[in-house]
Parts: sequence; structure tokens; C-alpha cells
Amino acid sequence: MLNAKNDLAIDCCLLAGRLMIESGAETYRVEDTMTRMAISQGLKGTQSFVMPTGVMFSLGKDGSTRLMAIRERITDLEKIALVNQVSRKLTTAEMTIEEAYEELQRIASANLMFPFLWQFIAAAVASGCFLILFEGTWWDVPSAIVAGGCGFLVVTLIHELTRVKFFAEFIAAAIVGVVAFLTVTFNFGEDLNIIIISGVMPLVPGLLITNAVRDLMAGHFISGVSKGAEALLTAFAIGAGVALVLSF
Amino acid sequence: MTWIIQIVLSFIIAISFAIIFNAPRKHLFACGIVGMCGWLIFSGFTLMSGDSVQASFAGAFVVALAAHILSKWFRMPMIIFSVPGIILLVPGGLAYNAMRHIVENDYLTAISYASKAFMTSGAIAMGLVFAEVLMQLIFRYLGRKKTASHMS
Repeated sequence: MLNAKNDLAIDCCLLAGRLMIESGAETYRVEDTMTRMAISQGLKGTQSFVMPTGVMFSLGKDGSTRLMAIRERITDLEKIALVNQVSRKLTTAEMTIEEAYEELQRIASANLMFPFLWQFIAAAVASGCFLILFEGTWWDVPSAIVAGGCGFLVVTLIHELTRVKFFAEFIAAAIVGVVAFLTVTFNFGEDLNIIIISGVMPLVPGLLITNAVRDLMAGHFISGVSKGAEALLTAFAIGAGVALVLSF
Repeated sequence: MTWIIQIVLSFIIAISFAIIFNAPRKHLFACGIVGMCGWLIFSGFTLMSGDSVQASFAGAFVVALAAHILSKWFRMPMIIFSVPGIILLVPGGLAYNAMRHIVENDYLTAISYASKAFMTSGAIAMGLVFAEVLMQLIFRYLGRKKTASHMS
């Protein structure tokens, strides 16, 4: 009986950890959440080891140890918030472990993303606004909006098709460059440089940069370095895509 | 007039990135405020000192500070509020200029731009860390005071 309860608790902790890593949470927060959930179930001395590619969780000397691999990571801040709420409710005993597990499974299968159209419009609008913040002229705003929108559309489409993130970013940055170049050639835009800078801003790996630093400072060197490498590769892919267009 | 435009635009950008990163809907407004504060501090410092490295440090510091306070207030993970705000400070222009000069075979100029971009990202990172340490100290102090008054 006790074993069945422990099994459920360990499953629950692992699922919470997997969901948080997949949505892009910081490593130390994932470990913290898993440990808190375990303590709320009366499990002392649990150990967790979290990396961007997998979660390990052990009940200690007498219990079992399990591993869960993580295939894909996206940025989904709402899922992080929801898992956080479940863990809070579990620790304040507002929720039993069975309810928490059901809730986590519901979160895992739910698609909580904003509709793609919203994201597309947001990316386009952000590019247009960046152009003004970077001291561009109002005349260039439509070109930046088109370039940013095209870049975001292409990165999403190619990522859906090929599942290779860096390739998608490379192509998208190249498309932003081509669109900016075309608008300048046909006299819709004036300053090629600022249009390209604004257009690639929606592709910038902001979450990765933030998390890499926080993980390194918290002493999670494996996660910090691998996230930093991912951010660096993304930045390089964007730079190479833009450079490809500029070199013609 | 330019300040009003900057306030509105930085607010819109932070909200747009919050939508792209799928932040919880009821906190979109807070994300926008955080991004706006960071950008205002950043551009104010750039005007005053003329150095984008110091300005990025100050901007990132304010973003992280605001995100920490909001996360305590709403009982939400801090990352929800900090990520859309940090995007505004990323040195995209410097990195682009470095790339452009590499393509033009002007490596010396490219290196100076790249170093500046590297320094700026380092400053953003340090701003995040400083704010985190400061908040931890403050909350530890507040927590100790609470337990002390509880015991007396």
C-alpha cells in the first residue's frame, strides 16, 4: 500500500518536472518544485537531478529511482505557472496527490498556446515598434512589420516541417533579409540595416539567455552551459542567415 | 513627445513578446509594465552616460527587480515577468553590425562591435544576478524580522 502511494508521488514529481523543463523553466526551480512536492507527501531525503534533456528523481536509500527523457523544449510560460499552482496547492494540502496527478496530466495534454494568428500579429507588431525604438523613421515601419511577420511565419512553418530548430532560424533570418532588401529596392523602405535588425528581433532567444545565466549562478553548470550553447547557436544561425543575404 | 512614444512602444513590444512566449493572459499587462520600466531606465541611462553597457546593466537590474516584486505579489514564477522585459535590452543592433562587417571582410570593426555586444550581454547577465541577490537578501531580512516579532 505504501509502495503504491510512493509510486504515485514519484510519478507526480517526475511529470511536474518534465512539464516545467519542456516549457522552459529554470533548472533550480524545477528541482525546488519537485523536492517541495515530495516533502508534502512525507518523502524525506529525495534527490533530483535535472538537465535540459532529462529528469532523474530518486526516493533515496530505500525507494526507487526513475528517469524521464525530454525530447523537446518550447517556451510556454503559462504551463510553468499552472504547474507552479498545482505544486503550491499540494504543499498547502488543498489538493491530494491523486487530484494533483490528474491535474498535471490534464495540463500535459492541453494546448494552452495563444492562437497562431495572435502570435503572428504580435511578432509583426513588435518588429514595427522596435524600428521606432531603434531610431528608424516612420516611413520604414510597414517594411519592418512585413519582414518581422514573414520571419516568424517561416520559422514556425520550417520548424513544423523539419524539426531542426537552427535550420528554421537560419532560413527565417535569410527571409527577413530578403524581404528587407526587396522593400528597399522597390523604395518602400529607406534604411536596410534597421529594417533587418527589427525584423530578426522576434527570433532572438530571450528565454534561453535569461535562463542560462540564472542556472549558472545557481550552480547548475551542465544546464547553464548547454542552454548558453543553444542560445549561442541560435544567435549564430540568425547571424549567418542575415550574412547570407548581405553578402549578395 | 518622444518619451511618450517610447513608453507606449516599449509597452506594446513587451506585451507582444509575452504573447509569443505564451504568458498567462491575466498577467500580460504586468509583463508590459516590466518591459516598459526596463526600457525607460535603459534609454535614460544611455542619454545620460552615453554608454550602452552601463545602461543595459541598469535596465536588466530594474527588469529583474520588478519581476521579483511582481512574482511575490502574484505568487507566480519570476520568469513569467522577466523574459518579455529582457528581450527589449538584447543588443541586436550591435550583433547585426558585427555580422555585417564580417561579411564585408572588415574584421577589425567587426571585432569592436562584437566585443561591445559581448560586454552588453554580460552586463545584462550581471544586472539579472545583482537584482536576484539583492532581493534574496531583502526577503531573508524581512523573513527574519517576521519570525522575530512572532517570537516576542
